[in-house]
Amino acid sequence: MKARVTVTLKTGVLDPQGKAIEGALKSLGIEGVGSVRQGKVFDLELTTADREAAEAVLKDACEKLLANTVIENYRIEIQG
Amino acid sequence: MKAAVIVFPGSNRDHDVARALRQAGATVVSVWHADHELPAGTDLAVLPGGFSYGDYLRCGAIAGRAAIMDAVRAHAARGGLVLGICNGFQILCESGLLPGVLMRNADLHFVCRRQHLLVERADTPFTNRYARGQVIDVCIAHGEGNYAADAETFARLDGEGRVAFRYCDASGTVTREANPNGSFSAIAGIYSERFNVLGMMPHPENLIDNLVGGTDGRGLFDSLVAGLRTAA
Repeated sequence: MKARVTVTLKTGVLDPQGKAIEGALKSLGIEGVGSVRQGKVFDLELTTADREAAEAVLKDACEKLLANTVIENYRIEIQG
Repeated sequence: MKAAVIVFPGSNRDHDVARALRQAGATVVSVWHADHELPAGTDLAVLPGGFSYGDYLRCGAIAGRAAIMDAVRAHAARGGLVLGICNGFQILCESGLLPGVLMRNADLHFVCRRQHLLVERADTPFTNRYARGQVIDVCIAHGEGNYAADAETFARLDGEGRVAFRYCDASGTVTREANPNGSFSAIAGIYSERFNVLGMMPHPENLIDNLVGGTDGRGLFDSLVAGLRTAA
């Protein structure tokens, strides 16, 4: 079973890297981008075939390591 | 005073902090991150500066979950002293021993320079050899030192007098220009609730010898050793 975890900064948390990317896009002449927020994507292969067990494992992984919940949100997608 | 300096893969300031502690009169042992216990009789656990695990995931994130950190947490819970410098401060935040988080410097630059700090209080085990309001001249070298926390945490830190050091100019004035990383309220270091855990971004261990530019960092190590002698 495969899963994808997306970690993003919470609303209101300053993202200097996103700001720098935003500036770089502008300087490249790429128009129409209002703002950029940078996040992280983790692709995980799970040893379980049970969806509920997989969700529990992923939630544990996010809470304990993948995200710092002081400043980050996470989203779990299980890909069958 | 018996100090244990924890060594993670990528720690690189462990020898410097050990030297500073020995100079102050402490006995120092190195402890590997995969160990499960601190040596018997440890008074102070030190998380040194460096780039543990290459700063992978988030600075201090993986080190904050190393086996030895359970022992460091237990040591802190017993009232034992814990000092985290630079990457060590990041590890303390990631491990939950201190609140908040150290974000990328506001201007995105790694900053490596001399820096003045305002000593906010001199009645803790870490600062009793300084005076309240004293300005000390130390070093900073970091890319992620921009301290952030939610409004409630800030209010608590401020209200409980848990800010240890603030970035300031040579006259001791806290100004925007003197803040090297955008840290909220110019916070350079904070204490735990019981004042037995200190995390700080600057490197006092760099300034312990006139040969390399000054001795303003010695006060911190002298405080730790002297304070313990008084308590004992």
